[in-house]
Amino acid sequence: MREAGAKPARPLGAERKLKISKGLRADFLSSFIAFALALVIGAAIIAAMGKDPLKAYAALLDGAVGNRNSLAETFLRAIPLSLAGIGVAIAFRAGAFNVGAEGQLFIGAMASAWVGLSFPSLPPILLLPLMGLTAMVAGGLWAGIAGALKAWMNASEMINTIMLNYIAVFLVSFLVHGPLQDPSSPLGQTARLPRAAYLPIMLPGTRLHGGLVLAVAAALLASLFLWRSAWGFRIRVVGKNTFAAQASGMRVNGVMVSALVVSGMLAGLAGFCEAAGVQHRMIENISPGYGYTAIVVALLGQTNPIGVFAAAVLFAALQIGASTMESAVGVPSSVITVIQYLVVLLLIGRGAFDLIRGKVMALSRREKG
Amino acid sequence: MLGMISSPVVNGFLSASMRLAIPILLAALGGVYNERSGVLNIGMEGMMIVGSLVGFVAAYFIHDLWFGVLAAAASGVLLGLILGFFVISLSANQVVAGISLNLLCMGVTSLLFRVVFGVGTAAPRVNPFAAVPIPFLGDIPVVGPLFFRQSPLGYITYALVILSFFVIYRTSWGLSIIATGENPEAAETLGVNVVRTRYAALMISGGLCALGGVFLSVDSTGLFIDNMTAGRGYIALALLILGRRHPFGLLAAALMFGAADAVQLRTQILNIRIPFQFMLMLPYILTMVVLAVFVRRIDSPAALGVHYKHGGEKE
Repeated sequence: MREAGAKPARPLGAERKLKISKGLRADFLSSFIAFALALVIGAAIIAAMGKDPLKAYAALLDGAVGNRNSLAETFLRAIPLSLAGIGVAIAFRAGAFNVGAEGQLFIGAMASAWVGLSFPSLPPILLLPLMGLTAMVAGGLWAGIAGALKAWMNASEMINTIMLNYIAVFLVSFLVHGPLQDPSSPLGQTARLPRAAYLPIMLPGTRLHGGLVLAVAAALLASLFLWRSAWGFRIRVVGKNTFAAQASGMRVNGVMVSALVVSGMLAGLAGFCEAAGVQHRMIENISPGYGYTAIVVALLGQTNPIGVFAAAVLFAALQIGASTMESAVGVPSSVITVIQYLVVLLLIGRGAFDLIRGKVMALSRREKG
Repeated sequence: MLGMISSPVVNGFLSASMRLAIPILLAALGGVYNERSGVLNIGMEGMMIVGSLVGFVAAYFIHDLWFGVLAAAASGVLLGLILGFFVISLSANQVVAGISLNLLCMGVTSLLFRVVFGVGTAAPRVNPFAAVPIPFLGDIPVVGPLFFRQSPLGYITYALVILSFFVIYRTSWGLSIIATGENPEAAETLGVNVVRTRYAALMISGGLCALGGVFLSVDSTGLFIDNMTAGRGYIALALLILGRRHPFGLLAAALMFGAADAVQLRTQILNIRIPFQFMLMLPYILTMVVLAVFVRRIDSPAALGVHYKHGGEKE
């Protein structure tokens, strides 16, 4: 106890910083190793299909970053992945499992499209922020349902967020086939948004839109909040040690719910980017599983917002390059899906190295003795 | 009165309820083993979808449904072993490992299905199991259509429910599972191998989940569809809470979900004014209600989800 009291007196600032960066480096090193190993296993799978893995990966790289347009497409794909991924990461930090980014994205996209269609005469400077905010509120509320059930009823937020995914998809399906359907089309989609509701294009001649600014800002702001604000501190304490948090008087449930709500807000914002930036309307299959990939992205980024952004760009590159790989070398693009999820298994399996080291050490000890 | 409760409409509804209950019942029954032993199996969804695919592919190429069922069960046992390696030996976070396994299985099954069958237009089919009504028993009102007009795999499910009850509550191995879940340190001092017990429980769990999955492909439909388990592996987790991790409790709880599913299918056909999307939400909303209402009343195994290291070392 005296030690703890004496600590602040010592000039520990520098030491503490060093320790954090060391841990960070180890974390990112393990992410890198997991990613590299997944690529190697992916190469083995490709080879087993009778295709040349090197050629396949070359085509993949070319498709992802080979020219201006492919680079733009890669960053375009990274927008929803990083926004939803940062959200998932914040929830993780608070010890909450938000598996529902997919549903929150759907609800956010739907809400923003509804606003865009309802106020077509507003200028972009008003309409776009209004749409974005509505999307965040809607996504946050959707995640908040699971958060509230966790806080008051102790119901698993993991299962509830998954259930809410299915419910969100059906709700959107009802809306775009029913009251909000485009009257001129039999498809499950709303009418086209007014021009004022389009997110501006950042790179002329490509589809890359202003959502990238939102994604980068989200990454920076989230790191700032997590490490420089009282709220972020509470989140990290609750996630690390619930009992300690409770003992020090934190409202653990409140912190967890707030993290889940923020998590849903970011996923909702990702939905806004897809509706206002890419599709320019709401469609019933607006996301090919961004919300699920976001979980992997959050883990690969070590739940560090900046790291999550980097992981999102990496995964976006894989996904964009995959179609080029498929058309050029004939390797099915779903190989990439497998590689993505292998990354997580390898990440959480890094304990295997410690296990092997422990076994070897025990063996050598026995030989000595 | 008797005429009404044994009308064809009611009979059809009852046997459909049971048929729709069986996949989640099998998965949840698997969950009894691992949760009683103190390990979570969040990977049930993934084990189910792999069971669906492996069973379908085996049945399709060997032309034997039973071979498909066995192959599926084997794949589930293997997945249980893999998940066990992560959460028992590597002490990975049980929820993260489970979710990752689910995502991986979803991707792998989708890929393998395309690799095996190509991206054709005609969906490959197998002739699914047919219902085999049991004479006399099948004619009893309510009970007959509910229990005795199922396919062979359905009858096997009942047998597994009864068998699981006896294994868990009436054998010494079952007691060591429960002891492992309540107090692993004490169990180990009594000579129970905690690690081995948990591995075995997860492998049984995987096998049963995969049986639930193969029921969907070679029994209910004769088809394999991407993501055909549609969250049933997660619903089974809620079922475990509702059914209090007791085989017979699960049977009753699963029937409730099966009935919700059957209502949903029937109202779609009857063209009632409620949009079908809202009916489709029913099982998922029911799951949320169950979690909210029942979770606090139940006593979970004391060591559920807590990692245990041999010799009781703390991390």
